[in-house]
Amino acid sequence: MSIKIENVTYIYNPKSPFETKALDGINIEIADGEFIGLIGHTGSGKSTLIQHLNGLIKPTSGKITVGDLVITGEKVKLADLRKKVGLVFQYPEHQLFEETVYKDIAFGPKNLNLSESEIDERVRESMELVKLDFESLKERSPFELSGGQRRRVAIAGVLAMKPDILILDEPTAGLDPRGRDEILEQIKYLHDKYQNTVILVSHSMEDIAKLVDRIIVMHGGKIELQGFPREVFKQSKRLESIGLGIPQITHLMEKLKKVDGSIQEEVLTVEEAKVEILRWIRSNKDA
Amino acid sequence: MLKDITIGQHYPTGSAIHKMDPRVKIIITFIYIVSLFVVNNFIGYIYVIAFLLSAILISKVPVTYILKGLKPLMILIGITFMINIFMTAGEVVFRIGPFTITEEGLYQAFFMALRLVFLVMGTSLLTLTTSPIALTDGIEHILNPFKRIGVPAHELAMMMTIALRFIPTLLEETDKIMKAQIARGADFESGNLISRAKGLVPLLVPLFISSFRRADELAMAMEARCYRGGENRTRMKELKTQGKDYFALSVGTLLIALLIVNRIWF
Repeated sequence: MSIKIENVTYIYNPKSPFETKALDGINIEIADGEFIGLIGHTGSGKSTLIQHLNGLIKPTSGKITVGDLVITGEKVKLADLRKKVGLVFQYPEHQLFEETVYKDIAFGPKNLNLSESEIDERVRESMELVKLDFESLKERSPFELSGGQRRRVAIAGVLAMKPDILILDEPTAGLDPRGRDEILEQIKYLHDKYQNTVILVSHSMEDIAKLVDRIIVMHGGKIELQGFPREVFKQSKRLESIGLGIPQITHLMEKLKKVDGSIQEEVLTVEEAKVEILRWIRSNKDA
Repeated sequence: MLKDITIGQHYPTGSAIHKMDPRVKIIITFIYIVSLFVVNNFIGYIYVIAFLLSAILISKVPVTYILKGLKPLMILIGITFMINIFMTAGEVVFRIGPFTITEEGLYQAFFMALRLVFLVMGTSLLTLTTSPIALTDGIEHILNPFKRIGVPAHELAMMMTIALRFIPTLLEETDKIMKAQIARGADFESGNLISRAKGLVPLLVPLFISSFRRADELAMAMEARCYRGGENRTRMKELKTQGKDYFALSVGTLLIALLIVNRIWF
């Protein structure tokens, strides 16, 4: 499902001394099945932006279209929109409330008024997707699980609604490196399997670089940059000026290029860097 | 969603009133409240209005903002007005069915409604011009003399500070969890009373859990920094009473004196 955001502006606490412009004339187009990385520093407006896509907040001005539904129009059935757009909030484990893992994941599908058997199937499926063992965990209380497991239960709760568009707000915040890699891998796997539209919000370039098709960089409520990861990382000076870095490995390759101009610096992963460095060494030997 | 609540909200403008000693502000507010109950005729309200308006003007807080604080109390003020207008005995002005409106009733109704309005406006000016920290600081100092008869002044003030400090945090948290559950299809706004109450479970359980977690963490953090109550505690910012505080205090005293004179005279 595609998303089109036109000239969206949002102001918090209008007409008071605490008035702040969180979004300022945002224009974005996202095609069906795209994997988008939304990057920005704390307070850049990225969380505000994604809440618009689910109809949780209405823009002060501007127009948002999801699929063929204009969600900023009059009398929009937001419940229909929320079936299509799944939103995983930051620290989603804080929203868990049921006695058992099963019931908590079933909360979303239940609100969609699905049949018992359909709900059961969806809970099993989404638990499998996030690599939680159904039989051993379904009757456990979500509050006795580890932090990483709790987070996966919460993500499964959104996946069980089978959204066409999946939005994740910093899904790896506060996880250890292993937990982080696992979650990111599963998101990638999901995207590959269902070809749904995914928006991954993060402030870490490392996380996003190897996963996404396109990067959108936000700063001060505006779009600072957007494009393919390789294009965006070419602007390392500009990214650094707004407090964001490029992946360390890209940075290293940039430095190597300064030593010898024949090295390609457009590298996103360690794997690619290895290939490039080996190529460079071989070409030097031949010379 | 929950951002419209203005009770206890601080409105920083940096005016002279904002910079006053919170103790003096609390005392003046107390004098103001007492004087509202001293007033027994409309002439007395002229003094009150003059005092309130000049205080508002000096504070630079927009009048509309203060009036907005009256909204949640409109029902209470309305009920008081109605009870007074229909329940006061006296000379009948006109009749609607079983209800009679008397001249005394009209007088009493307007008088009481105005008293409530002035009460709310004056006291909200205190919270609008004083940061919660300064306010509790002032309360602690005022309660200090009562320590000897066993009033735990410091503990009370600390509890208030913490409670006030966590109001915005909890509101934010509620907003966030509400949004997260709405995104999962929860419905907080429709249905009958029972289904609505049931609908609150997905909001209240996470909220309770996070509150306990926060309380635990805060207690731990305070203990880690050797907090042990008010004994021998010093402050970074000592409260100071300056010229303008004495001036304001004398204006407040003048107000109540005028009103007492007014009450005796008329």
